[in-house]
Amino acid sequence: MSLVFAGVCSHAPGITGRAARADAKVRDAFYAKLDEFRQRLDAAKPDALIIVAAEHFANFFMNNMPAYCVGMADFYEGPIEDEQWLAIKRRRVPGNAELSRRLIKDVMNDIDVAYAEEWKFDHGIMVPLNFVTPRYDVPVIPVNVNCQGPPLTPLARAYEFGRVLRRACDAQPERLALIGTGGISHWPATPDSGVINEAWDRQFLERFLANRRAELISYTDEETLRDAGQGGFEIRTFLAVAGATEGATGELMFYAPIPIFAVGCTVATMTVR
Amino acid sequence: MSLYYVQKLLYQLNRDPAVRKRFDADRTTLLGEYELSDEERSALLDGDVGLLYVMGVNGQILMHYAALLGQPWDVYINAMREGVRKHGPVRAGLYTMLKDRQS
Repeated sequence: MSLVFAGVCSHAPGITGRAARADAKVRDAFYAKLDEFRQRLDAAKPDALIIVAAEHFANFFMNNMPAYCVGMADFYEGPIEDEQWLAIKRRRVPGNAELSRRLIKDVMNDIDVAYAEEWKFDHGIMVPLNFVTPRYDVPVIPVNVNCQGPPLTPLARAYEFGRVLRRACDAQPERLALIGTGGISHWPATPDSGVINEAWDRQFLERFLANRRAELISYTDEETLRDAGQGGFEIRTFLAVAGATEGATGELMFYAPIPIFAVGCTVATMTVR
Repeated sequence: MSLYYVQKLLYQLNRDPAVRKRFDADRTTLLGEYELSDEERSALLDGDVGLLYVMGVNGQILMHYAALLGQPWDVYINAMREGVRKHGPVRAGLYTMLKDRQS
């Protein structure tokens, strides 16, 4: 079939782990939109979910850091974090190695992705899954874009990766869903955790939802670091989704800064044409 | 400074239950297998999150480590603030480029 769903959502560990400390009204409104996001995903009847994440040193380290990596296993596990800290129980998550292999082979015509037959999920994938496939009944294909350990892939390449991934999806008989998960502006895991640049986020989201490639790839890493923190590097996951839905626009379902979650909490879908 | 090896140890500790077991049973022997300065070794032995942050350990690695140590969120955030107050600004790595926002 082809790509049948595309969207983005936040993945910060506080979303589950520090739920009790958030303003209940905003938190519940966010959770409600995540649930609506899940329903939209369900309605698309995906055979597998590709999740483009920005992992945080759960599998990849500076001894051999891939710019892009795609999982190629029949099962994964996660979270690596303390279960109580994240408030998500450790478990196996189904994959589909054979489908992964087909996607990887196609993507490799244009982007030199690494592959991994073993992958431990951290909050970057487990938090979204906790909301969008709470029964863990959809095979997941994890994709990582290195957003943590510079040098990082250029933004234009992240967009191109999305384009190439889309072509690979459209060549498969399965119905495939794509979710990107990352920042936007945030300073996670620093003394400035909780700082959020809402104006920057809203401008970025406007560009993302309108899928204006030239503007999306215009940020330098220096500007992003200054205005959106090191967590802002994770916009690469959004750019991959924008690349996969090039020519289409999106709908913002939710955006609100929730400081104890350390991020502007975001849920959005992109039209798949 | 051998920041790479400090981070490598923490990376392995965070993701691998077998390394965690060794860390709990005999920290000194485990640390002996990594190229570490005396300051790095003692920060790791003491679980000194503030000093590790100032040394330049990537925050994501450090956050998972603090969770593994069972540090409550506010204790962990304050440890980084206290580390900067006590030891000065972050010395190496990506976070040297972050400007001070609220700490």
